[in-house]
Amino acid sequence: MELLNVYQNNYLIVFVFLCLGVLLPMVALYLGKLLRPYKPMDAKYTTYESGIEPFHDSRVQFNVRYYIFALMFVIFDVETVFLYPWAVAYNKLGIFALIEMLIFVLMLVIGLAYAWKKKVLKWT
Amino acid sequence: MIQDLLNSSPGWANFGIFFLLGTVLLLVVLGFVTYGILAERKVMGYMQLRHGPNQVGGKWGLLQTVADVLKLLLKEDVIPKMADRPLFILAPVIAFAPAFMVLATIPFTDKFQFADIGVGLLYYIAVSGITTIGVVTGGWASNNKYALLGGMRAAAQMISYEIPLVRSVLGIILLTGSLNLNDIVHAQRHGWFILWQPIAFIVFFIASIAELNRTPFDLPEAESEIVAGYHVEYSGFRWAFFMLAEYVYLFAMAALITTLFLGGWMSPLAALNFIPGAVWFALKFSVVIFVYIWIRVALPRMRADHLMEFGWKVLLPVALANIFLTALIKSIFHIF
Repeated sequence: MELLNVYQNNYLIVFVFLCLGVLLPMVALYLGKLLRPYKPMDAKYTTYESGIEPFHDSRVQFNVRYYIFALMFVIFDVETVFLYPWAVAYNKLGIFALIEMLIFVLMLVIGLAYAWKKKVLKWT
Repeated sequence: MIQDLLNSSPGWANFGIFFLLGTVLLLVVLGFVTYGILAERKVMGYMQLRHGPNQVGGKWGLLQTVADVLKLLLKEDVIPKMADRPLFILAPVIAFAPAFMVLATIPFTDKFQFADIGVGLLYYIAVSGITTIGVVTGGWASNNKYALLGGMRAAAQMISYEIPLVRSVLGIILLTGSLNLNDIVHAQRHGWFILWQPIAFIVFFIASIAELNRTPFDLPEAESEIVAGYHVEYSGFRWAFFMLAEYVYLFAMAALITTLFLGGWMSPLAALNFIPGAVWFALKFSVVIFVYIWIRVALPRMRADHLMEFGWKVLLPVALANIFLTALIKSIFHIF
């Protein structure tokens, strides 16, 4: 029971930190609202584009490379998620698990090598 | 007393006490940010053969950052007409909240730690990833071409360098067999992990600079190319929260490096044990911060294509090799 309490209290602290992290911007911005001036002018609310009149929406088509890198990130991040429990339990698993993990990682390294060869990693 | 508190069943009273203690830490961190920025400007100044701030608050410019913050508080809040208003307001909060949340698990000394959770390291890495969303949201909601470019660059850079960062610590986890940051510090009794895991340290350090968006990896905010990157349209205190998030991360990352690689609060020699742990932690922490500032002054900004290729082609394979090297050495020599 005490262990459970310690566990719950520790996560309560994490929650408190979340509340503080959200509250500080709210309080500070509210305080700022009381103090700062408000003098609206049309020119102030235009989008900045180095002094030129902004033309059409800024959400333009984007280089596809960003998307490919995002995909690569997902693949390798999921792999990392599998590596974490393996690393924690490595003491108990021994050399057999090492070879298993080596095979698993090798398959993903082949994927990285393929992406490398296909010039996906080249950013030009 | 704290132990009794932790053993008691959680309720509103506990919440209140934790809230007060958390507020104290928040104020300490804000104090650090204030004087961290001043220290950075001073160190940069002397490295560039000038004095840095020396007008406001005496010879050392001790009130310079305080004055800057007050000025920001009095700035008019401008939200562009074209911007996505709710997301624009939300973005600084999304960027800042995780920066403070990660501090919950860092063990500053053997007694002074907030949440001693079993998955401390994983928690740090997972929560710190959320800031990327805040940055991209800010860039997208501004509806500005520079901001969008900066936001996309930030996302690409942060996800590319997160992988080597996360992988390099796997060597440490292999040696300790735990994700708990206290266990990791205790495992360094026989020598800091910077000695046992030098490759991991180098990879982690480089990747951490990229995660912090600091020079030489400050492409998301490259002034000469995209004005100010994702926060072009932000002004006043909303902008201040992006900056604050960045410096709180600097604090957190320096504390994490101290914990992971430099032995946390422990003294390097048994003969020096009489010096309290907090002093050791502060010393190591300051050295890490100083090195970050030093690198910022010494190195020029990298090019975007070099940056991405370096992350994927150099850091990732090296980090991966380090994991298996560590596992092999551990199995063969039965250390730890």
